[in-house]
Amino acid sequence: MKIFSLRYPLSLTLPHKRGRNFRNIFERIVRLLLWLAAATSVVITLSIIFSVLIEAIKFFQLVPISDFLFGLEWSPQLALRVDQAGSSGAFGAVPLFLGTLLITLVAMAVAIPIGLFSAIYLSEYARRSTRNILKPMLEILAGIPTVVYGYFAILLVAPALQKAGASFGLDIASESALAAGLVMGIMIIPFVLSLSDDIISAVPKSLRDASYALGVTPSETIKKVVLPAALPGVMGAVLLAVSRAIGETMIVVMAAGLAAHLTFNPLQSVTTVTVQIVSLLVGDQSFDSPKTLAAFALGLTLFCITLALNVLALMIVRKYREKYE
Amino acid sequence: MNRLDKRLRAEKRFRFYGQFALGLAVAMLALLVGSIVVRGASGFTQTQVRLPIAFDPMTLQLPPGSDAADASVSSYQLLAQASLKAMFPEVTDHHELRDAYHLISGNSGAVLKPVLVRHPGLLGQTKNVWLPLASDADLYVKDGMPEHTPGGYSKLNDKQIVWLKTLQQKNLLRSAFNRSFFTQGDSRSPERAGFLAAMTGSALTLIICLLVAFPLGVMTAVYLEEFARKGHFVDLIEVNINNLAAVPSIVFGLLGLAVYINVMGLPRSSALVGGMTLAMMILPVIIISTRAGLSSIPGSIRDAARALGASPLQVVWHHALPLAMPGIMTGTILGMARAIGETAPLLMIGMVAFVADVPTGFTTPTTVMPVQIYLWASSPETGFSEKTAAGIMVLLVLLLAMNALAIFLRKRFEVRW
Amino acid sequence: MAKISAHNINVFYGAKQALFEVSLDIPANSVTALIGPSGCGKSTFLRCINRMNDTIEGCHVEGSIIVDGKNINAPEQDVVQLRSWIGMVFQKPNPFPKSIYDNVAYGPRIHRMAKNKSELDAIVGESLERAGLWGEVKDRLQDPGTSLSGGQQQRLCIARTLAVNPEIILMDEPCSALDPIATARIEELITDLQEHFTIVIVTHSMHQAARISQQTCFFHLGRIVETGATSKLFTSPQHQQTQDYITGRYG
Repeated sequence: MKIFSLRYPLSLTLPHKRGRNFRNIFERIVRLLLWLAAATSVVITLSIIFSVLIEAIKFFQLVPISDFLFGLEWSPQLALRVDQAGSSGAFGAVPLFLGTLLITLVAMAVAIPIGLFSAIYLSEYARRSTRNILKPMLEILAGIPTVVYGYFAILLVAPALQKAGASFGLDIASESALAAGLVMGIMIIPFVLSLSDDIISAVPKSLRDASYALGVTPSETIKKVVLPAALPGVMGAVLLAVSRAIGETMIVVMAAGLAAHLTFNPLQSVTTVTVQIVSLLVGDQSFDSPKTLAAFALGLTLFCITLALNVLALMIVRKYREKYE
Repeated sequence: MNRLDKRLRAEKRFRFYGQFALGLAVAMLALLVGSIVVRGASGFTQTQVRLPIAFDPMTLQLPPGSDAADASVSSYQLLAQASLKAMFPEVTDHHELRDAYHLISGNSGAVLKPVLVRHPGLLGQTKNVWLPLASDADLYVKDGMPEHTPGGYSKLNDKQIVWLKTLQQKNLLRSAFNRSFFTQGDSRSPERAGFLAAMTGSALTLIICLLVAFPLGVMTAVYLEEFARKGHFVDLIEVNINNLAAVPSIVFGLLGLAVYINVMGLPRSSALVGGMTLAMMILPVIIISTRAGLSSIPGSIRDAARALGASPLQVVWHHALPLAMPGIMTGTILGMARAIGETAPLLMIGMVAFVADVPTGFTTPTTVMPVQIYLWASSPETGFSEKTAAGIMVLLVLLLAMNALAIFLRKRFEVRW
Repeated sequence: MAKISAHNINVFYGAKQALFEVSLDIPANSVTALIGPSGCGKSTFLRCINRMNDTIEGCHVEGSIIVDGKNINAPEQDVVQLRSWIGMVFQKPNPFPKSIYDNVAYGPRIHRMAKNKSELDAIVGESLERAGLWGEVKDRLQDPGTSLSGGQQQRLCIARTLAVNPEIILMDEPCSALDPIATARIEELITDLQEHFTIVIVTHSMHQAARISQQTCFFHLGRIVETGATSKLFTSPQHQQTQDYITGRYG
């Protein structure tokens, strides 16, 4: 039985009696405002889901969801007549999913080894002074806007890759998945580095000490003791990095292609979900045209996938935390 | 012993991998920044040519006694062209003359007009004026005026190159600081393209973003940290905040499009909508850093205040918030730093149009720095490349300053409990 | 009539019960000491008196505490008001990170006890004087409260409490973080204060209880085992448990 309550003012003997009624009312109003502010975050999430869902549903009334999720041809320009949309199957998003996947894979192939090994070196080997200089420097990489990376891709990386490919007799597209993935990987390095560093540092010193005391070298300790202990956390970090890569827009808008080729060859040009969202919505069209609606359908897919990845990552990390606390 | 050797060698190798990875990461950072600085440095300079300009009232179509401002900018352009013609008297062919005229910027008239307006006595006189070159000529000179036009990029023909070299030999060319980069908005001609509209737009958008996100974020954090009782509602809010923090930025753009523009009918491409969209994106950052600041305050301070008869609100307002303020400020600045570089959500709400005018309010069509960079990067004209890099440099310097400020605040006001 | 009168207090932290049927009368203008081994509920009981247990999540209290004839747990009782009548000094000195002056002035300010600056100055000066700190800080009132030594900080906290003119002062092991000299000064202070205030002090030190209190109450595992005049309790306790604790059989 709860007895305490702060609700009612009281008649009392101290001078500021009248003030207190006012103060109580004032406090209740302020509390209400604070509660409303907190509820806003829920409202925002609901609005996102709601607004994207409504438009996506409108889209799925024009194009069946199975065509969208499993169709192999993406050419929204053709499907300008509503009656054409469903039948020609021009809103099949598989090339987009594959393109996104390809670029993400390239990016992960770059970011994870470099990020993880750098984190290992910084937390296990590097001197304090080195670490204090390099870690902030690499965190600067994290703060660089993605449009800068996109420009870097078209300025340097894509042409360089093309030339390098030509000298090996390979035909690398100017908007290859390799170029886009490479730059995206660079962008994700600080993310992986920072997360891995936190996770590795969280492994208790006592474990390392026990290993060293047995005459095990640092690298063996890392490989056999620290990393296995940190593994769930690292996996969570990888999932989060993948989620970040999938949701990234500007790098791919600038460095990847617009045409939806169905290929797994990184030397060719592919397009991604985010590129298509931008391309479909940029420019003046009526809000209800199938192109706009398709963008929302893609947005819904993106939202769901990144949400799922993040929840999964969180669950894995949480499970990991339980082990030490 | 053999086994030990192998293990020690494996150790060395492993350590090397770590150093290599780290070196690679640092090298990429250096390459990124370096290539942009190299490309962008020239964006801050402008090649100019000194021409004697005869302020002829007949060309300007100004009757005697009228104001210099009455003449149109294009007629001032004719003055510049006349001067060029006089510089190369041997050129008579109509097409060749036009090629000569294309050496100077098509906006030279806009440079000349203020000169006469400020010194009306010049009417009928001749004065030497430094005028900017057109983009192709500008780039060619910046490139060091190589003998043959490098394959593809320069659209100058041989005659134009000869003329430029002549001007060079007569010491009539100079490289000057490109003030127009900071005083002009975007332009179709690369040599006149400026960053001011984007910078102003960014400032306006950030103001709105701050006005929305800061109160909402701090109030939410205060509620969660000081007043909320454990329960489903609080858990729901916390889950929500964590999810929002991980949503890709482009989805916020979709939200802005669907709700602010379509449902609420707010103006497209305005700082208002842009700011509100970005505010939702950085809300989790502010909430999380405010909560961290509040929870780092030891309970003993709160107990002391409560024991003296302070109400919960007084405890927060008099003690918790002031003490948490450095952390809140740091978090807010970092949130702003993220918002200033965001492009995708703003593209969604319509900031793709060519905006040349500096925005005057929160509801006029605006562009922001990263969008301007994106538009320039996508432009076919070669002259925009250096502008893109220059714009990136400005943005990066700004970001560096903001991060430095955040770190300074954190160090300066860090209280050790 | 006793200043504070507790009847059948039961306190629960969630499902776990911390106090069992605690009843106690505390006379006015005296020092009552609560002693007992760690974790036996002394501090919990102390916190009931000024309802600081309200701030602990999941804690609920049953029973009644009557102060000056008023039931402090009644719904009409404003807890904020209550805490200006009943002050509390904590185990570890916790001055606000403000100036010495502002520390003491905080309470009077929020309760609007002074009409102008000179009245506030008078309150601050008198409180510091009563706490025995005035001589040491009168020249540096604007220095931060945290720049004082441990003992001085605790006296500052006492001054802060005195400034709101409470009738009752609760002290939760106020000297446990202090050295013996500082402890002695505070004990001196308590003896001075008891003339005008009702003081309830939780202490781990039986010697301290014997030195400064008139009434002592022995707690064990959430119950009161024995209450009585200090001199009697220490020389001829009525319960074996009390005897064992006093003679150091356990603690």
